[in-house]
This record gives sequence, C-alpha cells and structure tokens, in this order.
Amino acid sequence: MRLRRFQRCAFTLALVVFSFLVIGPPLLHPQGGEPQCFAIRGAKVAPVSGPPIESATVVVSRGIITAVGKDAAIPPEALVIDGNGLTVYPGLVDAFTDVGIPAAAAPSPGEGGGPRRSPEQARGPQDRPASTPWRSGADEANLTDKRIETWRDGGFTTVICAPKGGLFPGQAAVLDLAGERAGDMVVKSPVGIPLSFQTSGGFGSGFPDSLLGVLSYIHQVWLDTDWSIKAQAFYEKNPRGIARPRYDRTEAALAEALEDQALVLVPANNSVELRRAIELIGRWQVKGAIYGGQMGYEVASEIAAKKLPMLVDLKWPESEKDTDPEAKPTLRTLRFRDRAPSTPATLAKAGVKFAFYSGGIAAPKDILKAAKRAVDAGLSPDAALRAFTLSAAEIFGVADRLGSIENGKIANLVVTDGDLFEEKTKIKTVFVDGRRFEAHEPEKPKDPPKGDLTGKWKLSYTSPEGAEESTADLTMDKDGTISGSLASPRGTANIISGYLSGDKFTFTINIVLDQGPTDVTFSGTFDGTSLKGSISVLGMSLDFTGVKPGSAESAAATVGGAQGGLP
Amino acid sequence: MLNPSRALSQFPCVLCLFCSLCFSLAAATPPDTPSSVLIQNATVLTVSHGTIEHGSILIKDGKIAEVGQSVKAPAGAQVIDATGQFVIPGIIDCHSHIASEAINEGSVSVSSMVTMEEVLDPDDVSIYRDLAGGVTAANILHGSANSIGGQTLVIKLRWGQPASKLPFEGAPPGIKFALGENPKRSNFSIPGQPRHYPATRMGVEETIRAAFAEARDYKKIWDDYNKSVAAGEKALLPPRRDLKLEPLVEVLEGKRYVHAHCYREDEILMLLRLAKEFGFKVRTFQHVLEGYKIADELAAAGVGASTFSDWWAYKVEAYDAIPYNAALMTRRGVLVSVNSDDAEEATHLNQEAAKSMKYGGLSHDEALKMVTLNPAIQLGIDKRVGTIDVGKDADLAIYNHDPLSAYAVVQKTLIDGSIYFDREKDIANRAEIEKEKKALAEKLKSAEKKPEEKKPPEKKPEEKPKLPTPAPTPTTAQAGAAPGGAP
Repeated sequence: MRLRRFQRCAFTLALVVFSFLVIGPPLLHPQGGEPQCFAIRGAKVAPVSGPPIESATVVVSRGIITAVGKDAAIPPEALVIDGNGLTVYPGLVDAFTDVGIPAAAAPSPGEGGGPRRSPEQARGPQDRPASTPWRSGADEANLTDKRIETWRDGGFTTVICAPKGGLFPGQAAVLDLAGERAGDMVVKSPVGIPLSFQTSGGFGSGFPDSLLGVLSYIHQVWLDTDWSIKAQAFYEKNPRGIARPRYDRTEAALAEALEDQALVLVPANNSVELRRAIELIGRWQVKGAIYGGQMGYEVASEIAAKKLPMLVDLKWPESEKDTDPEAKPTLRTLRFRDRAPSTPATLAKAGVKFAFYSGGIAAPKDILKAAKRAVDAGLSPDAALRAFTLSAAEIFGVADRLGSIENGKIANLVVTDGDLFEEKTKIKTVFVDGRRFEAHEPEKPKDPPKGDLTGKWKLSYTSPEGAEESTADLTMDKDGTISGSLASPRGTANIISGYLSGDKFTFTINIVLDQGPTDVTFSGTFDGTSLKGSISVLGMSLDFTGVKPGSAESAAATVGGAQGGLP
Repeated sequence: MLNPSRALSQFPCVLCLFCSLCFSLAAATPPDTPSSVLIQNATVLTVSHGTIEHGSILIKDGKIAEVGQSVKAPAGAQVIDATGQFVIPGIIDCHSHIASEAINEGSVSVSSMVTMEEVLDPDDVSIYRDLAGGVTAANILHGSANSIGGQTLVIKLRWGQPASKLPFEGAPPGIKFALGENPKRSNFSIPGQPRHYPATRMGVEETIRAAFAEARDYKKIWDDYNKSVAAGEKALLPPRRDLKLEPLVEVLEGKRYVHAHCYREDEILMLLRLAKEFGFKVRTFQHVLEGYKIADELAAAGVGASTFSDWWAYKVEAYDAIPYNAALMTRRGVLVSVNSDDAEEATHLNQEAAKSMKYGGLSHDEALKMVTLNPAIQLGIDKRVGTIDVGKDADLAIYNHDPLSAYAVVQKTLIDGSIYFDREKDIANRAEIEKEKKALAEKLKSAEKKPEEKKPPEKKPEEKPKLPTPAPTPTTAQAGAAPGGAP
C-alpha cells in the first residue's frame, strides 16, 4: 500500500510534466455557421405519432419543430436540406443508461499514509448502505462524456440517464445529448429512482450481503421514508413538546423524488425476478417500472395485467466468452438465449408499454442491430421504432415535449438514407434541440481482420507508477470492428472506437484522469495469440503486451508481473 | 447450514445419485389437475391407522376422498394402477435450503428482517430431484450464520409453478435461530476484517437476549399506541415500523415458530431457559445432535427435535452425535423428525428414516412417522398432510417396494392430487430433452458465429485452391435456417 502511494505521487508528477502537451477535450460544436432554422424538404417522415408521410417537409426553428407535412411552408430564413431519398425519424431515446455521466476515475487510495482502511461496514439498514438517492443524472451530466458524441452518431438524441452503483444509485433524468453547457442537456429531472439488487460482496462485507438483506433493506427504506414524511408534517404542525424527527438524507431525497412522480425502476430479467418485481412494486405502492425484462416472453400477460411499463435490455443473452468449452448450458439457459429477442414482440402483443435501452452494449450501432433481432423475432418495425421514441417518452412523462415529430415538440430528429433497422442504412444527420450534427462514420478497417480478438485480454504495461495490468473485454465483428470495455486500476471505460485491420489493431477508450476525460489509444500487432503494441495517452507512449488469461503466455506474464509488486 | 466437511462425506452418495438418475430438465410446466384420481390395488401405509393391503385411494379436487379396499372409481376418474406398489403420505423435509436464490444474510447477528419467501426460486432443479425422492413439502430455512436468522416458510414442491404458488397455504410462519459455532463465527473470521460479535456461546446468548429485550420494548410502544387509538385518541403519530423487530414480536405473541439450529446440550438448555424468561416457545431444535443427553428436558418443554440419521464428527461440536439419537429421544417422549439439510440427502429421506429401525429399534410405523406425520406436526401442518386420511391433501408418494427398504424407488409423486413426478414419463422424456438441447445449441452456435468468420480468406488459398461457389451455399442456408427454424 505504501508503495502504491509513492507510485501515485510519481505519476502525478509525471502528469504535471506532460500536462503542457494536453489539449482540452474537444467541445461538441454543431457544424457550420449555426443556422437557427432548417427545413428538410421532400423526405419521407416517420412521425411515430401518426402514419409515415411521403415527400414531406419538416421545419425546425430555434430548437422546436414548427411545421410538419406535405405543404409545410418553408420560412425564408431556413436552411433548406434536400430530403430526397432520406427518411426523418424522431430522435432515438436510450431509455436507461449512464451515458451523459463521464466514467468516474477509480477511487483514490487512502490519504492517511497508513494502510487503506476498508470502508465503514454497514451494521444494518440504519446505516443506509450503498445508498445515494440524492445523486442525480441532471447534476452529474457533463458534455465531456465522449459517449455523447458516439451515441448521437448512432441516432440517439436523448437518454434517460442515472448514476450507477449501489442499491439506490441516484435519480434518473431525461437528457438531450447536446448543448453548450451541461444544464442545456436536462429535459426533465427527476423522472426515475432506479434500484439495483447487487450486493457488494460475500460474507463479511457488511449489510446487506445477500439478496435477502437487499430486499429487506429496501422495504425498510420505503417504510422509513413514508414515516418521516408523516413525522415531519406532524412535527411542523406543533413542534412544542415533541422530539423533532431526525433528518436522513436518503429519506429526504426519496420523499422529494416520489413527490415529483419519479418512477421506481426495479431490475428483473428472468421470469422469477419479473414476478418478484411485479409483487414488490405492488407491495411498495409506488409508481414503478421494470428494467431488464428479457424473459418477458414468459410473463408478458402478468406484466400487462398490472399495467407496468418495461424497459427492455437490448444486450441479448449469449454464450459466455472464454468459458470451459465442456460446460454444458442447461436447456433453460439455451431456451432463454434463443427466445429472449422474441420478448418485445410478446410484450407488444400483450399490450405492455415498453422502451429499449442499451444495457451493456458499448457501440450504438449494435443497439439498432439488437433491435433488428427483435424485429426478426416478430416485432413490427413500427413497434420497434415506437419503443425507441414515443413509448420511452410516455413512460418517463415527457411525451408532451419529445418522442415524435409533431408541431411544437423539441426538434430531436434522425435523418437516414433508408430504413432505420436495415444494416446498410446510414445515419446522415442528427438534430438535437434543433442543433444539426452530421453523423461521423466510425473509422472502418482497411483490410479484412486476421483472426478474432473476441474475448478477455490481460494487458500488461509499465506506467510511471510502475507495473500495471488492465483487462480488456473485446468483441470483434466480422468486419474487424472492435467494441467492448477496458477495466484498469484507473477505472472502467467502454471502447469508443476500434478495429483490427489485417494484423494491426487499434482501439480507444476515454477515461477520467486527474486532468479530466482523456483519450487513451491502444494500437499494435496481433500475431494470432497475443497483442503487442503501445498505449498512447497524454502525449506519452507506453509499451504493452496482451494475452488471454489461461494461455501459456499469460502464465509466464503472471510470473513476470509478480515482481512488479502486484498484490 | 451445511458444513463443508459434511458435504464431503456425502460425496460418494452424490456421485451415485447423478449416475443413476440423470434427470435432464427443462422449465417444467405444472401438471393438469384432474378432478378425480383413483390409485388402486396398492399397499397403503396410512401412518395414522395401519397398512391396507390391496387398498385404493380416491382423490377428489386434490383432497383424499376415500381410502379402503373397496373404493370404486367414479366415471371419468384418472386411474393409477399401483399393483404391487406402496403408497405413503408425501415426505416432509423439516430442514431444507433448496428453492432459494440466497440462504444467508450473514452480515449481521440478528437478521430477522429478511425472509426466505422473497427469494424463492421455483426453477431450482433440486425441487424436482426432491420430488423424485418422494418429498412433497419442505421447511425452507435461512442459514445458520447468525444468532437470529431470517424468516422461514413451508413450501409444497409444486415444480413448474411460479414462486407465489409454492408456499404451503396456512402453514404458520417460522424463524431460524442458530446456536454454537456457526453464529459465533469465530472459525470464519477474515484477517484484517473487524472481529464479528458474538464470538463465543456466551455472546450468542446475549445477542438473542438483547434482541428480545428490544422487541419487548417495541411491542410495548405499539401496544400503547393501539390502546390510545382504541380509546378514541386522535392526532397521534403511529410509531415507526421496524422490520427486524416485527417478527420477534410475533415470536413473543406465539404467532411465529422458532426453529433453532443447535448441536450441544448446553446451548440447547440455554435457549430453553432464555425462551422461558421471555415467555415464548421453541418449536423445534434442528440437528440437536446431543438431544439424547437431554431428552427428558426436551420432552418436558414440549419442543420438537429434527435431527440427522447418522451424520457425526464432521466438526468438534458434532463429536458426540450418535445414530441412536432419533430413537432415544423418541423413547423418552420427544416428537422427532429426520431431516436432510441438503438437496441430495433429501432424495432418500425414506432410507434416513429407516436407519432408526436398525439403530434404536423403532417400529416400521415409528420410523415412517419421522419423515411424514412428525415433521407435519412440528411445522403445524398436520391437519392438512402427514397421513393418508380422508379430508387431507392428496400429497402422496408411490414406491415400487416398501419405502423403508433400500430397494425402494419412487414411481410417482403427487401433490394436491396432481402428478408432479412420474418416473416412467421422466425416462421417456429424456431423449426428447436431449434432442431439443442439441438442436438449440447448434442453432445458437451458428447464429453467434458469423458465416464469414468460418472461412478466413487469408488461409484458404494457401491450403487449397479456392472453390468460391460451393463453400458459401451451406453456410448461407444454415444462417437462413436459424431465424426461421424456431421449435
């Protein structure tokens, strides 16, 4: 631990030295001379709130849609875009994500000089473990999050954004993915109180360490919140002669969010969890919605009967990477992997209101691909589009201002050269709050990839702090495009872009270092079994090697790595 | 909670089970419930009133309607011919940890706020395996990591039904207590982590006493409030609800059964004294391996004992366990059941009960009661199950031999008159299930592996001359077949 602290100092020093090289994160300016008024003329328009209109005009003025239709008058100041061959959709909504909140830096080691103390362990519900319901997507939204641009390039203009981590991670807000200041992004807040049932660790990790404790804790928090509202009102009426109720930040934040009609978002993916979630929402007597929902094909009618909205995770289940090839999945697991994409169609049939969210998908183009699988499994393309737009807006109470192409709504639009769910379709232009963004095509590999990078990779390198390791979880498409995430001692981040072209690979993450969000690019050569190359960050270049854990190379690397003082 | 060393001692048994009974299971669909069923020409072991040779049982709407030698099937009844077979009341496992997604909330010494009912997992394959062992009901307990553990419940093993259909309707709720080594956790401390309290048996006693003292105060606050409301006082703020203390108040009020994990006589006597002090009753001592030493005290206190047949010496506090425990306690007037505490053990509880005939000389009926009527009484469900009597639930197990024989194999298991396990059908379905698994695995594999990946263009030309046309055709056809070919 001592050593780590020393290394940290050394690293900070190194960063100061290199900081003159740093160029601030690029600001997200709309292109051109910032016209305030646009008219897309002669395009196919899919308003979602009504049937598609062929060769129609959409007029956008100062952030608002001001006219839609075949004969919409084009104001003289409008910049006219020829929409011939193009289709205009409402901006897509990612209905549950943390895009908009930059990936946090890894927690810094204790400052006290001694060994790092384990965080205070909760001894029961009264210690409010893993609860930060006062955090808010609206407060933490920041335009420096690189994913904002990536998501926008993928056709997403709006996200339902909430902080991550803990049982009550914080409040969700509706954010538009553009603006001059962070505050410009906020459309409405709060709209949701997400819950998670994830326990921090096993035995000895403090309350709660099991699903049992998590559920009992959440029950107690709702009871306490309800009681504190009553107790506060009781006290305010006549404070004399009674002890004042104790202030509790968790209760206060939840009470306020509930008063704002925020939806309590309950995680549930398989049928056992889904039925449990239905029961919990009923018992808590809150306005609730379910997120996850992939085994909804088994319980759609029960969800419909309770009129619960559902946010469907588009990261469909698939076989785990790098597992024991002899391990045989159960029939239930196989059926789940096979049928999960049929859930949206089943929900639509049962009359459940649902929206889509990206879940663990790191590249926005994969979000639309995943939705296409739902379409292939029986969901009508119209219903899929609605799940990405108006339904999401309705679920979160913002259908009066966005989610469809209608006069007076926020000018969030996606312009494509074809059907949104066709793979060859390109997203041409995106409008967020009436600002125009030409979509960047992600850089494509020149040569076909030699081999497959899919899987978990252990990357070893020497930073100014000393020897370090990171784990890259990569998924490679057939064309060589790389997506995935990278977990490093400085935090975890999704890959923004990357590909394998021939035997040359490159991928980039954006991570918060001391100087703010920073691009880190890994590039080099793939020899079929291992990676070798350099990391480019803040003007520095560090050599690194990568191996798949479990392979012969990784065993050798571990021995070598041990000398570097790793735990 | 299962001790690892004990699990190890069971290893040969586990191995045999998986060799002989390779159930391949899908998410089951619950069986149909016929309005009437006749099990005919069986040896009926009623448990309550002897054995009926060539007997029949008529089931109507899930309840036993008639039992005897001359019972006729009404028109339209489903007839199960059980010639040469034996029918017993469904086995009841008084100590089980199956069918749950979590077992221990081990972070706190009093975890009475948690409840097993919320984490029931109806998809746990152990339910089906238990059914194949003739078990129809089980007491699902929290683990033994804490002096006062979580709330327990009795379930019926209705495989294929959602979690909400598992609880045994009307069964009194319970709570797990634990004494001895497990709750003091002195053997489980993690270096660098703060020491856990309690760390001694004395501490366990103090933990329970402190919790009940708190519960008693809490009860008083609510009683006072309710009195004031009843007296017509208005404008009162109700007290804050505490989910940890509510179940303990129910224990004080006699509305919730205490099932206490224990081994040694000293700790058992401690809890009996403590219960007396606070005026509540312990319903069962679980494991209670030294129960034979204090059988008279247990009998006098009117508590049940639920023990293992012959597991011992897997840890120091189990050194004094003997296989005569069940029989000795029974002879002294204690109500005794034999439980599993383990998903595998539960599949042959009939044999576990039979051991008390060899060790201690219990009668056939006394032995059978250990896994039927006695646990039913201990769990407060004996009005509904535990014997084959008119009016009771048709929860039955049909064996090919005398169920207390080592050769006995369950043929069918019924709950509420519906067949939840049928050995013949299970065997017949195995091939079908394997086929579906294989087909799905193939389909998913071809969907995940993109066609282009299979033929890296760089390698092919080196090895063989390129044949452009035949190669893509099968792969394309395969990929095309995948989405359309849903079963």
